[in-house]
Amino acid sequence: MDFELDQDQQMLAKTVADFAKNESPVERFRKLRDDDVGYEPAAWKHMGELGWLGVPFPESVGGFGGGFIECAVVLEKLATTLVPEPYLASVVLGGLTLLRAGNDAQHGAYLAPMIEGDTTLALAYSEPQSRHDVTALETTASPDAMGYRLSGKKVWVLNGHNADHLIVSAKAPGGVTLFVVPRDAKGLTVRVAKTIDGHKAAFVELEDVIVTEDARLGEEGSGAAVLDRTLDYAAAAAVAEAVGITTTMLDMTIDYLGTREQFGAKIGSFQALQHRAVDMYAEVELLRSISMASMVRADQDDDTARRGDVSAAKYQLATGGIWVAQQSLQLHGGIGATDEHDIGLYFKRMYALNALFGDEEHHVARFANDPSFVEAST
Amino acid sequence: MNLTFTEEEEAFREEVRAWIQAAMPEEMREKANGEGHFTPEDSAEWHRILYEKGWVAPHWPKELGGTGWDAARRFIFSEEMEMAGAPQLSTFGLSMVGPLIINHGTDAQKKRFLPKILSAEEFWCQGYSEPSSGSDLASLRTTAEDAGDHFIVNGQKTWTSYAQFADWIFCLVRTDPSVKKQAGITFLLIDLKSPGVEVKPMLTLGHTPAFCDTFFDNVKVPKENVVGGINNGWTMAKALLGHERTLLAMIGPSRHTLVKLKKIAATRLVNGRPMLEDPVWRAKIARLEMRFRAHLMVSYRALAEQQKGRMPGPESSILKLVGTKLIQEITELCMEVMGENSLTWYNHNVVPAVEESIGPYFCYERAATIYGGSNEIQRNVIAKMILQLPSS
Ligand SMILES: Cc1cc2nc3c(=O)[nH]c(=O)nc-3n(C[C@H](O)[C@H](O)[C@H](O)COP(=O)(O)OP(=O)(O)OC[C@H]3O[C@@H](n4cnc5c(N)ncnc54)[C@H](O)[C@@H]3O)c2cc1C
Repeated sequence: MDFELDQDQQMLAKTVADFAKNESPVERFRKLRDDDVGYEPAAWKHMGELGWLGVPFPESVGGFGGGFIECAVVLEKLATTLVPEPYLASVVLGGLTLLRAGNDAQHGAYLAPMIEGDTTLALAYSEPQSRHDVTALETTASPDAMGYRLSGKKVWVLNGHNADHLIVSAKAPGGVTLFVVPRDAKGLTVRVAKTIDGHKAAFVELEDVIVTEDARLGEEGSGAAVLDRTLDYAAAAAVAEAVGITTTMLDMTIDYLGTREQFGAKIGSFQALQHRAVDMYAEVELLRSISMASMVRADQDDDTARRGDVSAAKYQLATGGIWVAQQSLQLHGGIGATDEHDIGLYFKRMYALNALFGDEEHHVARFANDPSFVEAST
Repeated sequence: MNLTFTEEEEAFREEVRAWIQAAMPEEMREKANGEGHFTPEDSAEWHRILYEKGWVAPHWPKELGGTGWDAARRFIFSEEMEMAGAPQLSTFGLSMVGPLIINHGTDAQKKRFLPKILSAEEFWCQGYSEPSSGSDLASLRTTAEDAGDHFIVNGQKTWTSYAQFADWIFCLVRTDPSVKKQAGITFLLIDLKSPGVEVKPMLTLGHTPAFCDTFFDNVKVPKENVVGGINNGWTMAKALLGHERTLLAMIGPSRHTLVKLKKIAATRLVNGRPMLEDPVWRAKIARLEMRFRAHLMVSYRALAEQQKGRMPGPESSILKLVGTKLIQEITELCMEVMGENSLTWYNHNVVPAVEESIGPYFCYERAATIYGGSNEIQRNVIAKMILQLPSS
């Protein structure tokens, strides 16, 4: 048993952390909040050149042959200064879906340029009625002389407003199926929606969008299983980000407790706040520890082991992690409730991560409904 | 990063598991699976069985009676012991004063005390707390007056667990009242059969005979029974505290009680169905199990550090805080699942055997957040030592 990153991973962590600190401090995210895109293609390209966008992909598709651990390392460090580039949306949601579902030609066409930093991806899987059930779809893929005709609505497509290609889930005659659709396809309309955490997402409407056979990822009906895995990756990714965020929030709060004075004393000398800070520290360490388990398990095919740790990790994000976010804000007093102070930006990102990829109740239920849960009692 | 045990380690786990099942006497095994009201005699018997096998002190150096196992094997061993529900061994000798003597004792002390700790010929108890000195331990008032080649000890210790079954007590006593309170304390080993010692047992909330008041009235103690030097007792106490921290993570009890919890929920009915099939109850159990996983990972991280021969990182400081709260929540949910059956108190064949042990255990574990440095004191220490928050 070993919880240490290997040397390459440690190096990666350090380079990304340095980038976040020196080249993308929180002010950069602040400025880009008001931008139409919300991030910079040049920065994305830079990440491609540094190899960060290719870490979880095999060399055969232009990647660096790492695993999901590398992805989690990048996400955690980017989160420390809220770097706005769509790593989670494009590399994890889009990229890992394409990797699992696509063929060589599709990898070459859509994955390779993303890894280079020339394009971005988005995954359009969620619908108004679906709430974490990837099979509860109303979007249809009807066979057509050209291939398929896609019609339906997708909501909260992260990076959907700017992605070059969207991966769209739809019900084909053979079941839930994934298709690659260019964002500028005829019949596809994108409405941009701002998100609570200062990012942008898309509401996507597909009206008789025609795609050819080679836009289909895998066989008809293969989509649900792929999405299931992708959402485990995404949940583990959210947790990795949350580790970066809560660690930063805790650091900021400890700093504040050590500088702010009231009643003639540093507020950090008040025992009520010291104990609160210790409990926050405990929750962050619990999150960090279970995040390590979930980033390792996310790559494993054993459903019970993977789901168990990923759900336990997302549950800790939703409980301990969210509590840390709340307390960090509280301990900053009035300044914490302004838009001027950074603590609130981290706070809002935590709530976005909490709502995405399965919330608390979803993961509790999934954990409790795994067959292994009852077996343990017999 | 790699979160699995090696094949050899898993094979070792199988070996330990099989041995425990074979080695436990029938009656003990029944208690382990069912009621689990182990007596101190059960614990002593299990101690002797482990001693015969050579497995009683895995964490001691091999030349002094340890097993020579690495950290992973020791961890697996204790996990298996706890999963099997085996009686807990008295920790005072094996895990507290034993290691302290190993690290700070004289050769004569090692020869005199260690073999009898291993063989269960002598049991120990801990004499720190006093009626007026609990969390503020350094304020202790039991005195040891210099009388040439020996001390004369006077005072009262309280909450001395299992003193009525013990042969020896390790105490913190005041040897110099004129200096700063931490500087005048000595770590002293006292034979409980000495004239002037009186032990008065009292019941715990779980009606186990754990607590005692221990009185010292002009007790003569030879100076060779000082460990670590006169007036150096506070340093000894701190060294010992380091051993306690990982003991109190409650990994084994939590895991074992979670299994019991599911067993109970599988048989108790709600709306005509086993509670384990009811989504609401199932979710309540799942939440605790998920928290246990996160807690387990923190302890695995500490273990992995030990395996590399390093000190566990600062995160191990939260193990007592989180683990004791968790075992309280688990035992509390057991009570809740039992419903009216949770009223039972030391009956036989009134409720299923597995439920019979819960009430006393639930009551007993309320103490987990109090002893071993109360959780409030833990927070004080972490705030200062790890978060480095300003002092008032
Ligand atoms: C089951 C059990 C077994 C025990 N076994 C032994 C034993 O074998 N040998 C032995 O020597 N002792 C033993 N103890 C005693 C134990 O170490 C003490 O109970 C413990 O140190 C607390 O001291 P106290 O009981 O005097 O509580 P107090 O110190 O009086 O504390 C009362 C309350 O105040 C809080 N408090 C105190 N000081 C502070 C502070 N500075 N900041 C914030 N909160 C504070 C405490 O956390 C607690 O909640 C045992 C206790 C229990 C419950």
